[in-house]
Amino acid sequence: MQELPVVKVDRIIESDHAVIDGIDISGRWNRMFSERAITEYPTEAMDWVTGLAGGESLRNCYQCGKCVPVCPVQHVGSYGPRKLNVKVLRGNNLLDDPDLWLCTTCGNCYRVCPKEVNPLEFMPAIREQAVLEGKVPAELQKVFENLQRQGNPLGEPARRRADWTADAGVPVPLISELGRPVDVLWYVSDYTSYHPRGKDAARAMARVLTALGVDFAILGAEERSDGDSARLAGEAGLFELLAEQNIRTLRKYRFNRLVVMDPHAYNAFRNHYPRLGWEGEVLHYTQFLAPLVDRIEFRSPVELEVTYHDPCYLGRNNGEYDAPRRLLEAIPGIRLVEMPHSRSNGYCCGGGGGGMWLDGFVADHVSERLSERRVREAVATVGMDGTGILSVACPYEPSRFEDAVKSTGNDGRLIVRDIIELIDQAMQPPAT
Amino acid sequence: MSADVFVLVEHRDGAVTEGTLELLGRARELAAATGGEAVALLLGGAVEPLVGQLGAAGRILALEDPALAEFTPSAWQAALVPLVRDRAPALVLAPNTGVGMDVAAGLSGATGLPLAAYATDVVIDGGSPLVTCRLYAGKIDVRVRFRDGRGIATVVAGAFPAEAGRVAGSPAVERVAPPALDTRVRFRAFHRPEAGDVDITRESILVSIGRGIGEQENIELVEELAAALGGAVSSSRPIADAGWLPRTRQVGKSGLRVKPKLYLALGISGAPEHLEGMRDAELIIAVNTDPRAPIFGVADYGAVADILDVVPALTKRLTG
Amino acid sequence: MELVVLLKQVPDLAEELEIDPSGTDLARDWLSLVTSEWDEYALEEALQVRDLVGGAVTCLALDTGSVDEMLATCLARGADRVIKVGSFDRPPDSHTAARAFAAALRGLPHDLVLTGVQAIDDLDGQVGPLVAAELDLPHVSVVTHISIGPDGRTATVHQEYAGGLVAEFELDLPAVLGVQTSREAPRYAPVSRVRQLLKTAEIGRLEVSVPADGGLVIESMAVPEASGHAEMIEGDAAAVADRIAAILRERGLARGGA
Repeated sequence: MQELPVVKVDRIIESDHAVIDGIDISGRWNRMFSERAITEYPTEAMDWVTGLAGGESLRNCYQCGKCVPVCPVQHVGSYGPRKLNVKVLRGNNLLDDPDLWLCTTCGNCYRVCPKEVNPLEFMPAIREQAVLEGKVPAELQKVFENLQRQGNPLGEPARRRADWTADAGVPVPLISELGRPVDVLWYVSDYTSYHPRGKDAARAMARVLTALGVDFAILGAEERSDGDSARLAGEAGLFELLAEQNIRTLRKYRFNRLVVMDPHAYNAFRNHYPRLGWEGEVLHYTQFLAPLVDRIEFRSPVELEVTYHDPCYLGRNNGEYDAPRRLLEAIPGIRLVEMPHSRSNGYCCGGGGGGMWLDGFVADHVSERLSERRVREAVATVGMDGTGILSVACPYEPSRFEDAVKSTGNDGRLIVRDIIELIDQAMQPPAT
Repeated sequence: MSADVFVLVEHRDGAVTEGTLELLGRARELAAATGGEAVALLLGGAVEPLVGQLGAAGRILALEDPALAEFTPSAWQAALVPLVRDRAPALVLAPNTGVGMDVAAGLSGATGLPLAAYATDVVIDGGSPLVTCRLYAGKIDVRVRFRDGRGIATVVAGAFPAEAGRVAGSPAVERVAPPALDTRVRFRAFHRPEAGDVDITRESILVSIGRGIGEQENIELVEELAAALGGAVSSSRPIADAGWLPRTRQVGKSGLRVKPKLYLALGISGAPEHLEGMRDAELIIAVNTDPRAPIFGVADYGAVADILDVVPALTKRLTG
Repeated sequence: MELVVLLKQVPDLAEELEIDPSGTDLARDWLSLVTSEWDEYALEEALQVRDLVGGAVTCLALDTGSVDEMLATCLARGADRVIKVGSFDRPPDSHTAARAFAAALRGLPHDLVLTGVQAIDDLDGQVGPLVAAELDLPHVSVVTHISIGPDGRTATVHQEYAGGLVAEFELDLPAVLGVQTSREAPRYAPVSRVRQLLKTAEIGRLEVSVPADGGLVIESMAVPEASGHAEMIEGDAAAVADRIAAILRERGLARGGA
């Protein structure tokens, strides 16, 4: 921290004797100050941040503290935009500060901030500068490189992106092979395509779409990552590169709507692709299925207590809380119980904003992982008498929460399932 | 031109390396097929103490000079160039180690003799050498011949049995005067790794971790398993590079070669450099999430599973 | 100090490698190429040395038609100059590559030439020592540490052997080094900067003409048979742990226990 300049009050004006309308306000009662400094710190650091496109709102903070109780990282450490504002006001350079990488851009602070200080804008702006200077945590650098080379953060071969379809049990058409327009282009996403638990959801989705007679197809190996989390982690150039590739592919085909599994992809297509040249109807899969829920033929009840985790990028940041719940409530047997932190006050799983790829780094700065904290809340909600289900609607979450179930010693109390898996399960004939 | 098979002898601290013995053993067979002799190329400061270890050779060509006492790339290469050029052997074998890589390619460049690198097998077929080379991190085998039927092969450790090279006897030594030495590269010192840590080459049970361990804090789980088995934790190169375990725990080409009774390979993909270090273990059990991991090619038992699940489960079963 | 780095691309191992119909080459249609890992270490070391002692880093790559992005990435990481050398339909063997690089180096000032100690496709040997032989320069491979002498005419390097043993050498410059690893991880090249440089930066060109001959005749290429594949244990983690524990007990390797 820099040496702070001494605050000097220039002039004190005071009348030893003053009586106004018979009221004696002599001496200190009428003391006034001239040219009082209202900022005591050099402004260069803050000027630098607010000079970045997207960095402007950091200056607005007046330290009211409403963000403190809602920031998920604050619950497990000492964090929040308020703290960052103070650091920058005091001249700190965030580029060398681990605090730069702890924010998941969950948006809960922005929701309550009276001055609309918005980390979803200033975080990627500042992080981009860190990336340009090569100051990237090593874990994240590896992921950026994977995204560039193979179009997915896991470094899996691009060619194998649709390999999961082999075990889906139903045909999953590639739009390039169909040679005709489709109603629904289903954008499968990275983790849904490659991660074992993601592939479970992918296959379930394929079966549900088929059972509903939806006219759908996928891009297959042509699909590239939405790159939204990479953008929020500071690689705007990489996001644009991926978007260019995806847009070129999308323009080859005709379809009515884009349905996505991943709220991060939802965010990218809905809010950031238009400025890069693509616009269309985008639906999260829960939004697509909710209106069709009455057509789903449920054959086996799921007699369990279920709680739903609102993904930050579907719920709070894009306003969709109801469609997932409508789907869950339609499944026979399910008893839906809300966690204390739900809907707009949902508690982040820690995966957003690049957090998915910073677990090693973040672990050194927090008392426990956000996903562990959330799992505890879920267990307290539905896992106390027998096994409960934590239902999710984002492909980042099954692996995060399943790891957390184990690491918090809650094996057996909580099962993690994507909503689509529960629907698929309930559509199967009862086990004999 | 001769039908001899030359073997470049690598030695350190008065002992011929295991890799050299592997090559000598094979050279004998190859020389029998070419109708020549297996000839050991011995460079060093005082070669006498090493002669008795080279019984597998038909004869020894020794270049002895104090300036050659410690290996230096330029000096050895410069000394070998005229020798190989003049004697024109059918085949030169060198180990695919730092020493071999330093010398062989330079020898090839200077003499024009072709070079086949990363060889896992060398045979004489139809009168000339046929070399099998393993490339692309072990994913592709290439069979090659030398353009004019003569060449150099650098051979990976473990390709041939060392036993065949362990033959008693002291072959005849032909002393060759080294040419004017190239002193542009000068040996200064050895830096040995800090002792005091576990000597994994002496452990009979090794629980070895690779990149699949994920984060450093997970190593604790593996330590518990090793303790339950009465063994030690070792690793592949990336773990040592990251500083998560001392270099003395590293198994592989640039680490240590181990032959334990049990080698548990956890989250190790099995790149050739690593396999070199542990393929002789008596029992190899590998766990990896990638069913195509090359480690399964050398393991006796394998499972496609997450080591972070299997390790604590196994520890529990072993500690009761 | 004039530092020159020699780089090449190799197939990305994340992909499945397939043999082409002739049986003597990789099927190249679906190959994605990446910069050879050890060449990235060599570049990082060159940049580190330059930042310490001053000078310039020039990157050379043989023009196989796909190296522009790699060279732009070198510039994005801080290289001062990049040059494409020659013209090749397909990636040449190491001997041919060494002749081409040597021809280029004869026309460029060079105090220290760095390249990766090896590459995954070095069938006919490593480029570093071959270039050194062409130019009659001293070389050391498997280098893990480089420092330049005070007069800039010598360098001290470490060569790594098995078991953590390291040999320290002093060598006269100019020289060629085969780099095993860099002191810091190769620095990140932000995508936006690489894309910017691809559009605006100047990539030099050097024509060279060299005989193409690696000295080897490829008879066949094949995916290795897994010799003696492992007996695979099925089931979830609990089942796997059960079976492993049983195997260990059978062999007397587990101590008592439940």
